[in-house]
Amino acid sequence: MTSTPNNPLLETRDLTLSIAGRAICKQLNLQIFRGECVGILGQNGTGKTTLLHTLMQFRSAEQGEILLEGKQLNAWSRKILSTRLGILFQSTQDIMPSTVLETALIGRHPHLADWEWEDAQDEQIARDALAAMGIADLAEREVNTLSGGERQRLAIATLLTQQPRLFLLDEPGNHLDIAYQVQSLNLLRTHVLEQQAGLCMATHDINLAARFCDQILLLLGDGAFVLGTCAQVLTAQNLSQAYGCEIRRIELEGRAVFFPA
Amino acid sequence: MIQRQHIVLLLLLLALTLFSFLISFSSGSSQIGFTEVIAQFLNPSPGLDQQILYELRIPRSIAAFVTGALLAMSGVIMQVLLRNPLADPYILGISGGAAVAALTAITIGLGGYWIPYAAFFGALLSILIVFGLARSSHNWSATRLLLTGIVVSAGWGAVINILLTTSANNSVYSMLFWLMGDLSVSRAGFVSITILVLGLLGMMYFARALNVLSRGDLQASALGVNVPRLKLILYFTASVLTACAVSIAGTIGFVGLVIPHMLRLLGARDHRVLIPAALLLGGNFLMIADSFARTVIAPQQLPVGVVTAVIGVPVFLLILRHTSQRVRE
Repeated sequence: MTSTPNNPLLETRDLTLSIAGRAICKQLNLQIFRGECVGILGQNGTGKTTLLHTLMQFRSAEQGEILLEGKQLNAWSRKILSTRLGILFQSTQDIMPSTVLETALIGRHPHLADWEWEDAQDEQIARDALAAMGIADLAEREVNTLSGGERQRLAIATLLTQQPRLFLLDEPGNHLDIAYQVQSLNLLRTHVLEQQAGLCMATHDINLAARFCDQILLLLGDGAFVLGTCAQVLTAQNLSQAYGCEIRRIELEGRAVFFPA
Repeated sequence: MIQRQHIVLLLLLLALTLFSFLISFSSGSSQIGFTEVIAQFLNPSPGLDQQILYELRIPRSIAAFVTGALLAMSGVIMQVLLRNPLADPYILGISGGAAVAALTAITIGLGGYWIPYAAFFGALLSILIVFGLARSSHNWSATRLLLTGIVVSAGWGAVINILLTTSANNSVYSMLFWLMGDLSVSRAGFVSITILVLGLLGMMYFARALNVLSRGDLQASALGVNVPRLKLILYFTASVLTACAVSIAGTIGFVGLVIPHMLRLLGARDHRVLIPAALLLGGNFLMIADSFARTVIAPQQLPVGVVTAVIGVPVFLLILRHTSQRVRE
């Protein structure tokens, strides 16, 4: 099935998920379109990461189905799926020694055939991604000598090197200072618009989600959720209910800003 | 992209291999040196020298090379599988199972001919026990596998001690030689060479996936690797390579631990380079160590496992020091 630009890139139909007996979402119908950014918000432990991992096909849904480009997620081969879906994890593991460039090149794995080596073009893609994240000059450095923020930018560069059509980000702001958070997400947002890709990020930072997302999924913790545009979902009342703490919303320079009372 | 430094490294190792074979051919208690060996090859002349060369030294050198190559490759695989730089081929108890079976064979007086088969059987038994116990849940976590292997290992260790303490004096001597790793009666036949070649081809096929797997299970899955299947393949490949090495020469230590680390420090982190390089360097290391074992206190021989430990311990400590310094810089 070919998907036209009007069809969603990813779609969940009546998706029901739970972990260790606790409901994450019941009958979720989420649609992510090309060029769109979706934010997943919710208190710690409401299942933001589990939802992303389900979209990655790491775990299967209890009920309902997930369609990528109109095709059931479990009908894709793992390898082809990896050229469409990419994920930024909350934390990375670097136990074996490796340089920054070698690490970014890992992103080319699903694009290469058996026995095939990365060629000059693959290396260029990786170097461009490092340059986009401002770490081109660290290419030959050992990963274990990088700071936390540099590692996070390397992880984003590795994801860019993978060139997926849908970017799933788990706490993309981790370890990044406020300037790099905005800079990295601006870059990803522009990339998504230009390439007509999609983006879905789980975050605890309401302001970051409000700034970059078109659509918000707010998990309430008992399987209930609120789904809609930023203006619909990000109200003081919804957020206060979701986080169990009073949250205020003010307008400042044409932007909504959220803070705890 | 394959880098020039990697090609240079592999070519140097190939050259070293030729050199190590010559050293190994010319080491032993009878005076057949470098020049005599070369002369025999260029200009074969029948006689005692030729007999010693072809019937004793060459088969032993090949056995040393194959054993070292098997162990080093197995070490590389175990370190990725368990995502633990301190893993070695014996960490999951394969050597323990092999040792119990080999020592039992010695105890009940089976001839030397049967000992490799007993060891191989014991190793396979241990592989299956660890696999059965570690697999019972769906997730193949490295920690669970490691803990199971270590505990099974400890169990075998106890049985080994029982066998050692209850055996007759004369068999204890050959048991100790077996446990320390000894190549004096070893022969690498068609089967072990085939296993080595198949292991190399199989691992080269999965080498790029190994690069990805060493970044963690989830990252590897996200990049399209079938992680449970790959881990299963790695476990059985590493196990069979180890079982084969152990049945040739007993439990020779340090090759499987030190060789992969030396190569990583020399810049071979990509498994497509690391695996063939480990095969060559492991083989060379054991041939040279065995040459020492034959000549240091000639005409008596040391078990080669003692020599690898004597070389391996300081080298490993130096490497560890060197790497921790690099991290601090």
